[in-house]
Amino acid sequence: MLLSSVAERVYWFARYVERVENTARLILVNNHLLLDMPRASALGWEPIVSITGIAEKFYQYHKQASERNVMRFLVMDANNEGCMLQSLAGARENLRTSRAIFPRAVWETLNDLNSFAIENKAKVLTRRERYQFMQHVIDSCHLISGKLSASMSHDQIYEFVRMGRNIERADMTSRVIDVRAENLLPKHDEEMKPFSDIQWKSVLDSLAGYQMYRRYVHVRVRGDEVLRYLLQDAYFPRAINHCLDQLEQCLRNLPRNEAPQYALVRAQRLVRNAKVEKLVHGPLHDFINDVQLALIDINSELTATYFEGKEISPAVYYDLPHQLASA
Amino acid sequence: MAISWNDYSTEGAFDELIGPSGRARAGAGKIMQYLRGLNDTDLRERREAAELAMRVMGITFTVYSHEGGIDRVWPFDIIPRIISAREWQTTDEGLQQRVQALNMFIADVYGDQRIIKDKVFPEEVLAQSVNFREQCMGVKPAFGVWAHICGSDLVRDADGTLYVLEDNLRVPSGVSYMLENRFVMKRVFPELFEDYSILPVDGYSTRLFDMLASLSPRPADFPTIVVLTPGIYNSAYFEHSYLAQQMGVELVAGSDLFVGDDDCVYMRTINGRAQVDVIYRRVDDLFLDPEVFNPESVLGVPGIMRAWRKGNVAIANAPGAGVADDKVVYAYVPQMIRYYLDQDPILQNVPTYLCVDEAQRAYVLANLDSLVVKPANESGGYGMMVGPAATKKTRSEFARLIKKDPRNYIAQPTLSLSTAPTLCDGHVEPRHIDLRPFILSADNRHVTRGGLTRVALKKGSLVVNSSQGGGSKDTWIVETGGH
Repeated sequence: MLLSSVAERVYWFARYVERVENTARLILVNNHLLLDMPRASALGWEPIVSITGIAEKFYQYHKQASERNVMRFLVMDANNEGCMLQSLAGARENLRTSRAIFPRAVWETLNDLNSFAIENKAKVLTRRERYQFMQHVIDSCHLISGKLSASMSHDQIYEFVRMGRNIERADMTSRVIDVRAENLLPKHDEEMKPFSDIQWKSVLDSLAGYQMYRRYVHVRVRGDEVLRYLLQDAYFPRAINHCLDQLEQCLRNLPRNEAPQYALVRAQRLVRNAKVEKLVHGPLHDFINDVQLALIDINSELTATYFEGKEISPAVYYDLPHQLASA
Repeated sequence: MAISWNDYSTEGAFDELIGPSGRARAGAGKIMQYLRGLNDTDLRERREAAELAMRVMGITFTVYSHEGGIDRVWPFDIIPRIISAREWQTTDEGLQQRVQALNMFIADVYGDQRIIKDKVFPEEVLAQSVNFREQCMGVKPAFGVWAHICGSDLVRDADGTLYVLEDNLRVPSGVSYMLENRFVMKRVFPELFEDYSILPVDGYSTRLFDMLASLSPRPADFPTIVVLTPGIYNSAYFEHSYLAQQMGVELVAGSDLFVGDDDCVYMRTINGRAQVDVIYRRVDDLFLDPEVFNPESVLGVPGIMRAWRKGNVAIANAPGAGVADDKVVYAYVPQMIRYYLDQDPILQNVPTYLCVDEAQRAYVLANLDSLVVKPANESGGYGMMVGPAATKKTRSEFARLIKKDPRNYIAQPTLSLSTAPTLCDGHVEPRHIDLRPFILSADNRHVTRGGLTRVALKKGSLVVNSSQGGGSKDTWIVETGGH
């Protein structure tokens, strides 16, 4: 028996935790990258503002994407409702209101992480302490995932955890591709070329994927291969295709899944059928936009079906078996 | 410097651990000795460990007026309160007797009203009770039980007598702190549990579940039970969530439930609707059903009273059970015990003066400086006056209030309230305490082993409520081996 309201909170809890981890990882990798890049490079913290989708709001409050400004805005500024502390508060609030169904140990870890982040937030302003802070955040998020995986029944509730996590993950991967590729793909600035590899490596790093890429893709780090890997690989946890597969598995275990499945199939086809070699030379941005819209569709269908208790008219999904078969 | 018991002065009150001669009371010797053996660092470390455990476990309560963070960690004192198993045995029996009579009274009030016809209980007291719900007349809940969960507050006066101060029959809270306090103590003082034979408190959640399950109107092995909460802004939300978790049942808000065309209660789930059999509600009567009570309520479920009256769902505590949770009605509990059970009360009532009675009112008004005046229906320590501590202005204000609405006020002698050693800034000082055991009733009854000991952390204060500077202690019922 799973309450609609609980399913919704669990889903958003997982999304928030994943968002916190992703933000920490992005900051950490950019931190590394900055140390490697020549001073002349334009690269700074601006791409992070774009990736996290906060640009419009950010520039309402700040003129420049300076390290300090970006760090404050991403981590602790209440004007940014997607900032790390707000996401943690969101995760905590969702967990707090559904504590009855989560293992106690998860609540303890999240509480710890929340207190840690509040007490140590000033550390993110200096490069030296930033690393420690972000690493702790990432580790704690993994601890939460691990505790959920190891001590929570893998029942329907858990499917909502997985769905929240995977949809947030897919979303972040698409953002990283969008912004990084924008800067990396079309331009062939000779002077910056040596650093192109580093930047592609950083794309993989920000998604914790470099090591796996090297194992599975037997070529050196190259733009189109990285893109193919992050979009279409079936095994890498942060590849969009893999995230969508996870969603598919989750939905299979849930009742009344027709409408979300329909939206999912559309996203899967979009990603699997993409011609990466063509995308790198042109409409990548538009393509990523389509992927994000497809993810939004899945989210809307999950919301309507499971969280708002919409009654489904079977007629609308009359041709569904065919759609599924051709996916 | 470690704890020195020589400096500990009980100041005329009854101390739970230390007798008048400075010697440990039965069962308290080992803990005193143990504490004496701890140095300042040890003590500080234990206190910090307990605080950390509380914080990590997220044991909180909520304060309405406290802006910013709505959660506060519940202050906890690491020195346990000790009661001998022998004394507890009598208390347990007394509480069972009391709750049985109270339930018979509530059933009678909503049924034939024999007690009124027999002139044991005055009709006008009932007529003026704000917790009497006409909508409950004629309803016959399972086993004739209305107050399934009762939290009775016990206090000990200077001579050592235990009195019942009040019976909370609406939505009594605090049991989760009782359970969590024990959990924290086991983390912080594991070695003490080896020396002592302490009666366990763990079984409560299971008992509560079994009791609720026995109320199900549908004969099924696994009835659907829910805990209905007003939501996260309620001061006891932590407890609602905790109990649901411990029982493995759903924690629901009013918006999760609805009443179908068949007058059954359903909850919204990812599978569609699912029928609910038993509701452990932590929402006040008046917010339970906007169709019947407060039409503005968004906490309740429209039609739920209809479903309950038809017997399609069980509600614990039953709507209307609060009629006996009234300080005027309280004064009649000894008579109820004699009337319904033909027994003498095992536990004492605090002598209570009813302002509605002319002679008693005159006495109260003449003795405001020595009495405690309480409104009949408030809880949480709000709206009361402690005579000896009150200013002249407050006393005259209360005199006015009493004359204006005598039915709404009662007065009691100021009890000195027993004390227990409490850690205050590294020293041990006496602080006043009370005790709230919980009594479960359905086809049979169960009393918690001890209960929640609340402590007034401010020096000399008699107010133990969490909303007003109170904290809590673990309560140990110990086998003292034939003392």
